[in-house]
Amino acid sequence: MNRIVSAGPQPLLARYGESLFWMARYLERVENLARVLDVTQTFEASGRPSQAWESVVRINADEKEFARRYGAATPEAVRRFYLLDTDNTTSIPASVAAARQNARTLRPLISTEMWAQLNVFQGWTAALTEEEVAGDGLSRLCARIKESVQLHTGITEGTFYRDQGWHFLQLGRFIERADQTTRLLDIKYHLLLPSLADVGSALDLSQWHALLRAAAGYHAFRRIHPRELTPRAVADFLLLNGAFPRSVLVCVRQTEFTLEQLRARYGLRGTREAAERVEELRAGLEERDIDRIVDSGLHEFLDWVQRMLIAISGSIGTAFFRDWRPSATQSQDQ
Amino acid sequence: MDGETSGVPGSTMAGLPLQATAEPVGAQDAPIMLPGYDPASFICELTSRRPGDGGALGTILRRLAALPVEELRRRSAAAERDLFNLGITFTVYSDATAIDRILPFDMVPRVITAAEWRTLEAGVKQRVTALNLFLRDVYNGRKILKDGVVPEDLVLGNPNYRPEMQDFPVPFGTYVHICGTDIVRDEAGEFRVLEDNARTPSGVSYVIENRHAMLRAFPDLMHGIRLRPVDGYGIKLQEAMCAIAPEGVDDPQVVLLSPGIYNSAYFEHVFLAREMGVPLVEGPDLVVENDRVFMRTTAGHAPVHTIYRRIDDTFLDPTVFRPDSMLGVPGLIAAWRKGNVALANAVGTGVADDKALYAYMPRIIRYYLAEDPILQNVETRICREPDGLAATLADLANLVVKPVGESGGYGITIGPRATKAELEACREKLLADPANWISQPVIGLSVCPTLTPDGLRPRHLDLRPYAITGRDTWVLPGGLTRVALKPGSLVVNSSQGGGSKDTWVLVDE
Repeated sequence: MNRIVSAGPQPLLARYGESLFWMARYLERVENLARVLDVTQTFEASGRPSQAWESVVRINADEKEFARRYGAATPEAVRRFYLLDTDNTTSIPASVAAARQNARTLRPLISTEMWAQLNVFQGWTAALTEEEVAGDGLSRLCARIKESVQLHTGITEGTFYRDQGWHFLQLGRFIERADQTTRLLDIKYHLLLPSLADVGSALDLSQWHALLRAAAGYHAFRRIHPRELTPRAVADFLLLNGAFPRSVLVCVRQTEFTLEQLRARYGLRGTREAAERVEELRAGLEERDIDRIVDSGLHEFLDWVQRMLIAISGSIGTAFFRDWRPSATQSQDQ
Repeated sequence: MDGETSGVPGSTMAGLPLQATAEPVGAQDAPIMLPGYDPASFICELTSRRPGDGGALGTILRRLAALPVEELRRRSAAAERDLFNLGITFTVYSDATAIDRILPFDMVPRVITAAEWRTLEAGVKQRVTALNLFLRDVYNGRKILKDGVVPEDLVLGNPNYRPEMQDFPVPFGTYVHICGTDIVRDEAGEFRVLEDNARTPSGVSYVIENRHAMLRAFPDLMHGIRLRPVDGYGIKLQEAMCAIAPEGVDDPQVVLLSPGIYNSAYFEHVFLAREMGVPLVEGPDLVVENDRVFMRTTAGHAPVHTIYRRIDDTFLDPTVFRPDSMLGVPGLIAAWRKGNVALANAVGTGVADDKALYAYMPRIIRYYLAEDPILQNVETRICREPDGLAATLADLANLVVKPVGESGGYGITIGPRATKAELEACREKLLADPANWISQPVIGLSVCPTLTPDGLRPRHLDLRPYAITGRDTWVLPGGLTRVALKPGSLVVNSSQGGGSKDTWVLVDE
C-alpha cells in the first residue's frame, strides 16, 4: 500500500490574507447597501422622501462627496450615485469591482466557482442602466444584487477550502456586517425617533418594520417580541440579540471566535492585540442593557462600537497584512 | 502513457444531433466532404489523408459534416461565453478602461496522428537537449565558439547574454526548464521549426482550457476517440521545480513569480500556480535575508526554494539588472548564485532563442549530439552575413523578413503581401542595420477547417508544443495550435488577430 503523501499546513501569503479580508468586506457592504436602498424606497413611499434618501448618504458617510457632485439628495441623484456612478468609490458597481479585483488576486486560492460568479456579477453591475434603477425596477434590482452576494456567500461556504484563508474572509465579513448594522441603526434611529404626533401611528409603525426588514430581521424580531414594536426593542434586537445573524453582538462574537481559531489552530500569535480589543468590545456589549445604552446616548455608544471595529481592523492589518508592502499607501481603507 | 485516454465516457445528450456517434470510430472509409471547403495546395490537418489515424480523421470529419453550421455557431458562442465568464481572458488596458478579452477559440480540433506525434516529440526533445547543451557550453568554456561553429559576437554581443551566468553551475545542466517550440507544416507535409521560445513561453494554459471547453461544448465530436490527455502538465511542472530545488531541501517550497494582475498573461500565471498547487507571488511578496529567499505570510517569513518566474531577466533583481524594476526582488540573484534558491528558467537563456541564432540550430544539434535534426529549420538567411543580405535584398518580394529581437509577430514584412512602399521601407531598415534581420521563404502553412462567417473554411495554423525539463525532458502531448482567423493570413499571433484550437493527439490503435 502506498502512503498518501500530502503537503503540511499551507502558509498563507499576507497579501492573500488581506485580499480575502477585503473581498468579504466589499461584498458585505454591497449586500447592506442594496438592503438600505430597497427599504428607502419604502420610506419614500410613506411620505418623507428627501429625509429618507438623505439618510442613505449619511449611513455611508458620503455627505461631502455627494454634495460636491450632485447637490441636493433627490431620489434620482442618490440612486444614480450608488447604483450607476462607477466614479463613486462607495457605489455598488465600484464595490463589486473592488471585490472582483481582490478575487482576481486570489484566483490561485479561491474556487473557480467563487471567481466565475463574482466575475459575472461584476459584469452586470458595471452595465446597469437608468431604466433598471428607476421606479418599480429598483426593488427587483436590489433583490437581485442581494441574492448575488448571498449566492457568493453560499458558493464560498460550499467550496472554499477551510484553512487560514477562510478565517480571514470570515473576519472581513463579520467586521463589516457589524459596522453596517451600527450605521443603519444610528441613522435610522434618529431619523425615526417619533415626533409626538406620530407616536403609535400607522406611519411610525411601518417605518420601524422597514428598518427591521432592511436588516432582514423583521420576522425574527416578531417571534421574540410578539407584542411590542418600540424603538428600544428594535435597537436591542439589532445591537444585543445573541442569535440574530446581523446583530452587532453576534458579529462581534464571531469575530472573537475566528481570531481564536487563527491563534489556536494556526499558531498566529499576531492575533493578540486584535483579540484583546474584540474582547473589550464584546464585554462592552454584554455588560450593558439597552435602557442604559439609550439613556446615556445611543449615538455615542454606536460611535464607540464603530471606533472599536476600526481599531480591530487596524490591529489585524498591522499584524498580518501590512508587512508585505510596507511602503504602499493603503487604498482599500474605507 | 499511451494507455491513458481522455475521451468522454458514453454519455447520451438528449436533443443533440448525435446520430453520428452511434457508429464505431472509423467504421466507414468513404471520403467525406465539407460543403464549400477547399484547402487548395495546402496540407489540411483534418481532410488530407494521412496513414495510421485508425479511421479517426474520417470519423471526426463525418461528425463535423453532420452538424449544421448554425449548431456549430450556437455552441461556439456558448463556449466562448464560458471562457469569458470563467475569466480565461487577457486584459487590454487603454487610458481609462480595462477590457477583458478571450483568445478566440475555434471549435474544430487540430488532429495529430500518433506517428506524427512521435516525430514531433522526439524532435522537440532533441532540440531542447541541444539548447541546454549550448547554454551550458556558452556559459562554461565556450567550446562551440572556439570551434567557430557559431560566431562569437553573435553570442557574446547578444543583449540577452548574461555575464552573471559565467561559470555558474545549474542542476542537471538544465537552463531551459520550460520551452515552447513553434512548429509549422509546409506544403510538402514536413514539420519545420519556426522559432524556439526558451525564456518564458506562454500559452500552455490555453492547451488545457481549450480541451475543457471542447469537453463541455462538443462531447459528441470527441465521443469514443482516444486522445492523449493534457492534464498532466501541472504535476510534471511541479516535479521538475522540485527536482531543481537546492540540495538538502526535503520538501521544497515552489512559488510562481508573476508581474501581477495587470500583466496580460496573468490568467496563465494563475492557472499554473493552481495546477502546481503553489502560491502565486509578486515581487513585493518576496524578501531576501542573508542570501535566502522568503515569502511574507500571515505567520511571518516562510522559506522559498524554487521560483518559476514569469518575469524577464532584467526585471528580476533591481540590484543587478534594471534598477527601476518594481517587479523584482532585491538580492534575488545573489541568493541564486549562493545556491539557496532555484530559478526557472535560468537567467540568460535568451541568448539561445534569438532569431539570428536560430539559423545555426541544425549545426548546434549536430555539434553536440552528432545527430541529424529530427525537425528541420525553415531555410534562413542571416542578413548580418553579406551573402545573406545580398540574397535577401535581391528577392525581397518573395521572402518573409523578420527582426531578430522581436516576438509576437511584430515588425515582420511578408514580401508577397507587402505593398511597394512597405517593401521599400523594409529595404531601408535592412540596409540601416543588417544584423537585426533574417529572411525566410514564405512557407505555405498547413490549414484546418475553421468556423468563419462563410462556414467551415481553411485557415493557416502553427503548433507550439511545450517541453518541461528537470532531470529529463517531457513534452505535453500536442501543444497550442494557433490559427490565423483572417482569410489567407499567415500570422497566427494572438496580438495580430489569431485564435486557438484544441489539439488532439491520437492514441495508437
